[in-house]
Amino acid sequence: MSLRDVLIALAYMIASACFVIGLMWLQSPKRARAGNLVSSLGMLLAILATLFVSGIKDYTMIIIGVLIGSTVGAVMARTVKMTAMPQMVGIFNGFGGGASALVAAAEFFKYATDPNMLTLDVSITIMLAMIVGAVTFSGSMIAAGKLQGVVNERPITYPYQNVINLIFFLTIVAAAVFLVINFGHPWVFLYMTVAALIFGVLFTIPIGGADMPVVICFLNALSGIAAAMAGFVIKNNALIIAGSLVGASGVILTQIMCWAMNRPITNVLFGAFGAVVTAGSGSATATTKTVKPIQADEAAILLAYAQLVIIVPGYGMAVSQAQHAVRQLADELAKRGVTVKYAIHPVAGRMPGHMNVLLAEANVPYDQLYDMDQINDEFQNADVALIVGANDVVNPAARYDKSSPIYGMPILNADHAKQIIVLKRSMNPGFAGIENELFYNEKTRMLFGDAKESLTKLINEVKNV
Amino acid sequence: MTEALLAALYIFVVAMFLGFAVITKVPPLLHTPLMSGSNAISGITIIGALIVAGRQEGWLQTILGLIAIILAMINVVGGYLVTDRMLQMFKRKPGEK
Repeated sequence: MSLRDVLIALAYMIASACFVIGLMWLQSPKRARAGNLVSSLGMLLAILATLFVSGIKDYTMIIIGVLIGSTVGAVMARTVKMTAMPQMVGIFNGFGGGASALVAAAEFFKYATDPNMLTLDVSITIMLAMIVGAVTFSGSMIAAGKLQGVVNERPITYPYQNVINLIFFLTIVAAAVFLVINFGHPWVFLYMTVAALIFGVLFTIPIGGADMPVVICFLNALSGIAAAMAGFVIKNNALIIAGSLVGASGVILTQIMCWAMNRPITNVLFGAFGAVVTAGSGSATATTKTVKPIQADEAAILLAYAQLVIIVPGYGMAVSQAQHAVRQLADELAKRGVTVKYAIHPVAGRMPGHMNVLLAEANVPYDQLYDMDQINDEFQNADVALIVGANDVVNPAARYDKSSPIYGMPILNADHAKQIIVLKRSMNPGFAGIENELFYNEKTRMLFGDAKESLTKLINEVKNV
Repeated sequence: MTEALLAALYIFVVAMFLGFAVITKVPPLLHTPLMSGSNAISGITIIGALIVAGRQEGWLQTILGLIAIILAMINVVGGYLVTDRMLQMFKRKPGEK
């Protein structure tokens, strides 16, 4: 090992440490931003060190690629709206997985011309990096398309879907095993690649919009694993470490999201949740019940004379971009001495922490944002629970109605509040297609209309109270 | 099974456990920045892309490497910048810098 190689290896070691620090400092919002900076400097160090790797002879492509990639990445990051963050993360995720797959492909063609250099572990990890990377790429693109509304958000299903997908997957595995045994055969490799890309699509289309938090996390884990596999291929520890960290992060977030919906990962990924409107007992009785509408002036009085108001945001808030209006209403209430808190369900929105980011964008101080476990016991003291575009996460049927598709999902105890005001566009059921009993509760009043417009009316009315 | 491979497997497994230990402590408040930040880290595959694109072992590899660099750099630069943009919004009091 030359001195140069030692220095490069040390640089990779420091970079890996920077990544760990970056993740450690994410434990508190105070240091998180500094941690992200440390992490990015680690990445810069790793990139600079790589430029001195002895095998690199030509820098033309490197300069072109880095310039294009950096510019596109910077523009995307600067211009994206906070409400569109889930699809942005999905796209970046897919690109990371795609890059790992391309590295594996390049290594495949290198060894294909010179198979004597090949060892078993390299050939196996080339196939794994290729398959996982390709699935991550196409799966993330579909997920991002669904989040953006380009691809139908509803689950797309066809008969024997899981069986067909499984057979398809097995042919990919067969191609990979064949290639490990008989290295070379570019056409088999091409089949494996294209099949993996198609599999990523097939695997993602049956998953509905409300399950996107899980899918995005799962694909995040895959992108890390693809990077780690690419690390085995090119024998680089920085890739293995960074890839494992990301893989672990994705796995944990996937698990947290599944717990928050009380559904096993297999059900989320293969269950095509939300494909059909399931008629639970809640919807059968619901037709006989009526909801009680409320006008903005009356709602404003309820809010203005409350002591504690708990706001429950949901995906509807993101759709109508209402986070700033929510903050203004909270400000007006605070001026009158009302305590305002926010209750954030782990799967509210389309990715983990989605609501927190939107409210932070609207300048809501983060110590007013409470997780489900922190705030659920406080609802009984709340004078008003204000539901802004949330639905399934406050449906009491989840507690006892065994026929309900969301039975067993931990929910926010909004129904324990003394009064409940629901901001809702219409009486259409939520994503899961389930009637929400909360709307028919004795204590519930419905304020119909676009969330943002309703909030604007409420702000004006509160000012006049 | 070479010694180098075993060492790599050690690193893989230990890094996974390190990841689990560190990430379980990240509060739900910061889960979105965690995703985008870890996303940016997965762009580490840029190292492989740079090596593949720069070693001049045939046009096919170079083209694959070039595309890999572009994708990985979008992932890295975009991921870190967007995470920074999000994290600077998290404040304890309104208007706090």
